[in-house]
Amino acid sequence: MAEAQQQQQQEEGGEKEKEEEQQQSSPVEKTEPDEGAEEPKEIAQTTPSRPLLSTRSMSIVDPDDDTPNMIVYRKIEDIITRIQDETDGVPIRTVKSFMTKIPSVVTGADIVQWLMKNLSIEDPAEAMHIGSLIAAQGYFFPISDHVLTLKDDGTFYRFQAPYFWPSNCWEPENTDYAIYLCKRTMQNKTRLELADYEAENLARLQRAFARKWEFIYMQAEAQVKIDRKKDKIERKILDSQERAFWDVHRPVPGCVNTTEMDIRKCRRMKNPHRVKKSVYGVIEEGTQSQSPIHTPLHHCRKGTKEDVEKEIVFLNTQLDRHCMKMSKVAESLIAYTEQYLEYDPFVTSPEPSNPWTSDDPTFWDLEASKEPSQQRVKKWGFSLEDALKDPAGQELFLKFLESEFSSENLRFWLAVQELKRIPQHEVAQRAQDIWAEFLAEGAPSSINLDSHSYERTSQNLKDPGRYSYEDAQDHIYKLMKSDSYSRFLRSNLYQDLLMARKKPETEQGRRTSLEKFTRSVGKSLTGKRLTGLMQSS
Amino acid sequence: MAAEKAEMDALKKECDGLRAQIEAARKAVNDGSMSAAASGVASVGRVQLKLRKTLKGHLAKIYAMHWSADSRQMVSASQDGKLLIWDCFTGNKLVAVPLKSAWVMSVAFAPSGNLVASGGLDNICTVYNIKAASPKTLRELDAHTGYLSCCRFLSDTEILTASGDTTCCLWDLETGKQKVIFTNHIGDCMSLALSPDMNTFISGACDSLAKLWDLREGACKQTFSGHTSDINAISFFQSGNAIITGSDDCQCKMYDLRSDQEVICYQDASLNAGVTSLALSSSGRLIFAGYDDFNCHIWDSLKGEKVGVLSGHDNRVSCTGVPDDGMGVCTGSWDSFLKLWN
Repeated sequence: MAEAQQQQQQEEGGEKEKEEEQQQSSPVEKTEPDEGAEEPKEIAQTTPSRPLLSTRSMSIVDPDDDTPNMIVYRKIEDIITRIQDETDGVPIRTVKSFMTKIPSVVTGADIVQWLMKNLSIEDPAEAMHIGSLIAAQGYFFPISDHVLTLKDDGTFYRFQAPYFWPSNCWEPENTDYAIYLCKRTMQNKTRLELADYEAENLARLQRAFARKWEFIYMQAEAQVKIDRKKDKIERKILDSQERAFWDVHRPVPGCVNTTEMDIRKCRRMKNPHRVKKSVYGVIEEGTQSQSPIHTPLHHCRKGTKEDVEKEIVFLNTQLDRHCMKMSKVAESLIAYTEQYLEYDPFVTSPEPSNPWTSDDPTFWDLEASKEPSQQRVKKWGFSLEDALKDPAGQELFLKFLESEFSSENLRFWLAVQELKRIPQHEVAQRAQDIWAEFLAEGAPSSINLDSHSYERTSQNLKDPGRYSYEDAQDHIYKLMKSDSYSRFLRSNLYQDLLMARKKPETEQGRRTSLEKFTRSVGKSLTGKRLTGLMQSS
Repeated sequence: MAAEKAEMDALKKECDGLRAQIEAARKAVNDGSMSAAASGVASVGRVQLKLRKTLKGHLAKIYAMHWSADSRQMVSASQDGKLLIWDCFTGNKLVAVPLKSAWVMSVAFAPSGNLVASGGLDNICTVYNIKAASPKTLRELDAHTGYLSCCRFLSDTEILTASGDTTCCLWDLETGKQKVIFTNHIGDCMSLALSPDMNTFISGACDSLAKLWDLREGACKQTFSGHTSDINAISFFQSGNAIITGSDDCQCKMYDLRSDQEVICYQDASLNAGVTSLALSSSGRLIFAGYDDFNCHIWDSLKGEKVGVLSGHDNRVSCTGVPDDGMGVCTGSWDSFLKLWN
């Protein structure tokens, strides 16, 4: 049954979730043995989120650690435990090749197959995707390549030693990396030869650590001595694991680097007490781990009396603010999205087609054309903002206002909008020009402002700036919205365009506009007319 | 000394008292949840988007992207030290802008389409004219004392920046000088967004707070709390009355400006990765949130449910963007690719 659920998840079109987060539960529950049933049940009750294992997980992550990376490491380590299991895991063997033996390896194909079988994955590509994600973290690695991905073929892979697992919070220093590269050059083994990028790194480190190179060299020699004491086969394995560790922390240029933190967060370490920095027991005194990207911490400003007083003023304004009821807020947000849903290409397919999908730019051509679609014209009726946002809507509204001899309102509004965008050095002059055109005594396009706004504005103009006309603009906008705009929507000019391409909805169309008309007639009879408008015909 | 301390204590007590009153006022208007109210709204169903294009060209992590107002061109910034301007319809690269500093964190397209800006660890916001024969540096805005995390043009003459020095700043591009400095955050500012009417903007910071600022007054008007870690991404809801935030605490939240509090929280037990970026569909119904788990998850903004996922990146999704015409969504990743979906 759980299997079926798994199937369903995969069938849902091409979704490749980070599978280990989803696929753990059911297959593991299935393999839970009957022997020792009591104990596992108890464990299940206390940590229900962790799937049960028949063998003890090798994971070194504290089960109560719920920091994001640790949760994922734990899941990976549970998989790694199972995959290396003697009976249920992949066949890890020593392979004879030419005159040597290759110890403790498994083929990529075997890993892929195991993942498919044990994590219930149908598509080998998905298994390779998860496998590559696990390899990128360094939990297993190709023995002959620095690039950490999983291939579904005979390529040999080896498992990483728990000592080197990322869950140890490794942040190895450059000195350790230098020691590592150095010691590799000291041994006369082809398999230890440096790759080009490693040779470049070594050269760079030699320059950076010029003054303490003798120390690094000595450490490298000491490491070589230690290594020599180990058994030959053991050394092969350890050397490869050590290399894989460095492939994670000093990756091949161009590869995915799983250890990199967002540089904006680098300053603040997540687990400072757990970070392991030294691979070879070399403690760096003094210098912190430091790349040029670490900027000095700026000190938090200490709260002064002034700060607290400012805070009190701020809080008082907050308190005075009128809070809208949540139910009203919900209503308004729902209404908004519902209204615009038909204009949202993710929900409603645009006509004639979505250019991204059809590779046909007709939709964009139509939008840019002088003849707006009926759907676009309908949107102008949603709000004055929507009408003005669309250049065609703005044009039509202006035309309408001209017919009512009140176009100066919109022209004023547009002029003020422009004032906010022009270069600073032009602002003062333009502000004066606007005054002359719209507000001065005997202005050619005189607008009507209430005396209060008029006073405020003329005061502002003593020191003209981009926002000198905010009050006035607000006032005029509200006027257009409550007065002219509703008449615009009822006007022949707008209605003709709205109904021009309407299909047999015309009856309904006329009825709704008639309703709108009768409602608005009521409104305008009670509304106060501030501008000398002529009746629309 | 003692008198001063007593005074401070009294003032702080007054602050606490006011805060308690504000909380009480917020609770008083909290007469129902958004998701309950939205239960009657028709479901959007499972949102399954197809990958339409993969834009290849960057050689290192992509940190930021921004759509042009024409909904066709887009600029992306990568730590390979380049800005690339793409025609997303054809998939072609139109312009490549080489950067002085490769540690770029943010990029912006001016509404006119003539200018782009970028900045990062160099603490500088550099503005380029991309309509010239070859991209020309127009201005270097240098005054922040911390990294540049985000920048947005108001027009060809003014630009807003957010910085790791905890401030946001409005600059005049003619003179290259700061006009207004917005100080109030106590943690690195990570992201900012302009309101649809361009009179206000919002910022999200590492102090886990989101703040609303008035451009005309130069002051903080409202503060929204609730997150328990850095806010990495922030955006306005299209109507201009609500904002959406995304945080390292693995949650996204919607706050309404009118009720001055959190309206809904987008969280899921299976999501254990921080939110890096977010974008809304043009009606505001869908939220596309990029996470550290290499995916971009899709949320129903009204019901608070996860309705889809965009998988395909091989590393963290660092930036997300929906163009003005809402035709699709673009995700950019540390895997050096940009993907277009709809």
